[in-house]
Amino acid sequence: MTDQTQNAPRFGGMNTAAVAPWVIAAAFLLVMPFIFTSNSAITIMNQMSITIIFALSYNMLLGQGGMLSFGHAVYMGVGGFFCVHIMNMVEDGGLPLPLPLLPLFGGLFGLGLATIVGAFSTRKAGTVFAMISLGVGELIAACSVIVVAFFGGEEGVSGDRTYGLPVFGVEFLQQIEVYYLIAFWLMLSALLMYLFSRTPVGRMANAVRDNPERAEFLGYSARWVRFYSFCAAGFFAGIAGGLFAINYEILTEENLNLTQSGAILLITFLGGIGFFFGPILGAIVFTLLQTVLSLQTELWQLYLGALFVATVMYFPGGLAGLLMMHAPALRSGRAGRLVLPYIKTLGPALIGVLALAGLIEMTFHLRHASLGDHHMTLFWVDLDSHSLVPWLVFAAIMAAGFAVMRRNLPELLSAWHSANATGDRS
Amino acid sequence: MDLILVNLIDGLVTGLLLFMLSAGLTLIFSMMGVLNFAHASFYMLGAYFAYQISLFFGFWMGLLIAPVIVGVMGAGVERYGLRRVHQYGHVPELIFTFGLALLIEELVQFLWGKNQMPYAVPEVLHFTAFSIAGNSIPAYKIFMIFVSLAIFMALLFVLTRTRVGMIIQAALSYPKTVEALGHNVPLVFMGVFGVGTALAGVAGVIAGPVLGTFPGMAFLLGSIVFVTIVIGGLGSLWGALVASLLIGWLTTFAASYNVAFADILTWIGFTMPADLDDSMWRDLWTLTMPQIGPILPYLLMVLILVFRPHGLLGKREA
Amino acid sequence: MTAMMQGGAVAALEMQGLRKSFGRTEIIRGIDLSIAKGERHAVIGPNGAGKSTLFNLITARFAPTAGRVALHGQDLAGMSPFQINRLGLSRSFQITNIFPKMTVFENVRCSLLWSMGYRYSFWHMVGNSRALTEGAEAILEQINLTARRDLPAGVLSYAEQRALEIGITIAGGADVIMLDEPTAGMSHSETDYIVDLIGKVTQDKTLVMVEHDMGVVFGLADRISVLVYGEIIATGRPDEVRGNPKVQEAYLGAALEAEH
Repeated sequence: MTDQTQNAPRFGGMNTAAVAPWVIAAAFLLVMPFIFTSNSAITIMNQMSITIIFALSYNMLLGQGGMLSFGHAVYMGVGGFFCVHIMNMVEDGGLPLPLPLLPLFGGLFGLGLATIVGAFSTRKAGTVFAMISLGVGELIAACSVIVVAFFGGEEGVSGDRTYGLPVFGVEFLQQIEVYYLIAFWLMLSALLMYLFSRTPVGRMANAVRDNPERAEFLGYSARWVRFYSFCAAGFFAGIAGGLFAINYEILTEENLNLTQSGAILLITFLGGIGFFFGPILGAIVFTLLQTVLSLQTELWQLYLGALFVATVMYFPGGLAGLLMMHAPALRSGRAGRLVLPYIKTLGPALIGVLALAGLIEMTFHLRHASLGDHHMTLFWVDLDSHSLVPWLVFAAIMAAGFAVMRRNLPELLSAWHSANATGDRS
Repeated sequence: MDLILVNLIDGLVTGLLLFMLSAGLTLIFSMMGVLNFAHASFYMLGAYFAYQISLFFGFWMGLLIAPVIVGVMGAGVERYGLRRVHQYGHVPELIFTFGLALLIEELVQFLWGKNQMPYAVPEVLHFTAFSIAGNSIPAYKIFMIFVSLAIFMALLFVLTRTRVGMIIQAALSYPKTVEALGHNVPLVFMGVFGVGTALAGVAGVIAGPVLGTFPGMAFLLGSIVFVTIVIGGLGSLWGALVASLLIGWLTTFAASYNVAFADILTWIGFTMPADLDDSMWRDLWTLTMPQIGPILPYLLMVLILVFRPHGLLGKREA
Repeated sequence: MTAMMQGGAVAALEMQGLRKSFGRTEIIRGIDLSIAKGERHAVIGPNGAGKSTLFNLITARFAPTAGRVALHGQDLAGMSPFQINRLGLSRSFQITNIFPKMTVFENVRCSLLWSMGYRYSFWHMVGNSRALTEGAEAILEQINLTARRDLPAGVLSYAEQRALEIGITIAGGADVIMLDEPTAGMSHSETDYIVDLIGKVTQDKTLVMVEHDMGVVFGLADRISVLVYGEIIATGRPDEVRGNPKVQEAYLGAALEAEH
């Protein structure tokens, strides 16, 4: 955070600029429960915070170290399982551990597991690393039904956070108390992970990602650089696991398996792996999408999958990359020129996409609704999925939406060029 | 003794099935450097397409047509998806194929729902070929073995005896040179991807009736296939064969011999704790071989990686 | 190690009976060469002579089929690149090999980290070290890239990227610097510029440089070895080598003919 500041006078003043986001984020976290007071909102925010830590930890591997993991859930999961067991030991009276410290132990167990696995898996990056992470992840996930004493078999293991010692009178009976506990760990972990990226080994992780051979001729073993990043990522995943244990008080096989590992890859990539704040964005957007979409449609995973594939193909920088593309235009003060063209292209495009989704929903209804059930509700309208009219209407709206978008696209492109070209010259 | 013979046949069926997937995967990987995470999804598509076709035209048309459709889809994915992502590097390619695997599973659920399809063995092959000491061997298993073997013969022939095969082999080692000689390497890539996925499709068509045709079938078999090619050595076709058969037999034998760990531990010289329910090692004592069968491939992979990082027959460091 | 002794001084770099085959083709056919400390040595030869192979053998990127390479008397067999680097050898690559997504400053700073003792530290902030920042800035000054400090290295011009690579190569303070065709693909003026730069930044260091063109290294090298078909046919001072009839026949003659 204090990168190239204190001692380099010509960057003086950047200090406040670098601290500002953290202060704002902390203030935001403090205030949020007063704006969204309902229990369900706090539940969602808790889930979001835990996902942010997990996604940031995942990006230590993928974004900063160039290691694609298909088994990162294991480190969060194992950290969480250990925390539930510790919680139960506290409950049985054997252990005087205050609850707020529990995530630290989750982190240490995540670190321990990552040390063991990293010893042989970080030899290479790329495809080989990915395959090993997949194999190890599946191995541990499969173990969960075998080692019943630790993983609890099919039902998982559960505990109760409220039986521990009260901390300053707080017993963590209420969600709001848990919220602030998680928020504290979120700030701490995010800050530590950011600082890690500014350390020598964090910088070299970038170098090894870009060009392992060159890094080796600078005196660094690419393998050990990867190993340290891997351990650190395991540690923070473990912290996320500890928080998960506190928040949900139960861990099951689902916390370990490939679905979970795949989800965090999806979240991180959607958010953008090229910037530190990308995974944060990804976690927030994904949690909201998941909450909203899953209430509206059975097919939300299909849409999410399509969004993911489209992101990989067309916007490999993710959401953060898309936002940062506008930085030059914003800096030169020309971003205003983009607003109208954006509305004129993205508006119709959105309508087109919604109409397409309508067609997909109708197809699904047509195929899978019980016999004789012809009625469905789509965008607050009751319609008959077996009659031709709604199909024609939606198809027409979709065609019109995409046609308008195509017509206005050149305008957007030229606005884009003018906003950025002038920015370059000035 | 008879049981061993039965297990040998069962393991061979599983192993050959695995090889049909790992062969295509290896071919694609060694040519393009892309590990196709969605490979098993094409296997699943093969099964579903064949089921759909069999409803109208019977099993045999499914066997004929479904792999072709899958292969064309695979070629399309290479042409319009992978080739685009290729410019970003291998890791984004892998992420792309992973996303594709997710998407295909969702699409299959969208079209066919979450339940298992009643895709069944054709009537003609629904009989017992022969029995070994009371264990009947269904004709369909023999049919599976023959189909897989026939396909490998054909593959081997194409790779070693034909012009296309020569180009493929050359492109494997020297893609730049082959391009310089005037061969259309992108077309060769697309073809190999198509053929690789079509092979996975064939595997799906013939495995669907016995292993079940349901949306989870891709990920269930997929991770085992990846483990197989890591064990065999990434990029080695013979390694893939050896590893496939090894895993086929390993899992089959583990599943059929109900050896309890308690016996092994007692045999080594440990004594079983009197109050097993309170013991920390309860799980270790109550384990049986069929229980740990499914994780044996993963264990094997970890051991291979620790002691022989190149894989069994791989030349590249794994 | 005693074999390395030559008049009491250990050679900076010593090759003995070095051979390398790829399949049935022998590319390097027995090379014995000793490069003294502080010497600027150029290996030249026509295309396909095995220059790059020799270079990669010395830096242990390839394992030799036979023979050995010693750095300051220490055998390099079986060592990893990072171990060799820590012994004081630094190399550049024929194809520009930098960290394209990191800034120019970051590129140089990363190459300083190990030599300044940071190792695998995760308790220092790189931005807090005045020595690190100043060291990197000094290198940038030397390679005239101060103005490009905060650009991603990938957007620099070709000649600038080559200069940056030389900067990365020397930054770690290694005393044996190996450059693989540092002027490949450059115009005349760019070549002169880079050669000047090399002379400037490798003062008091041992320099081993592989080049295609003898003219480039004539003013720079103390000694030149001529590599033809995997064998060194002559080693000596630049004027000696130029006058050597064997060299003229095998290499310069061909080059001159091609030029005229």
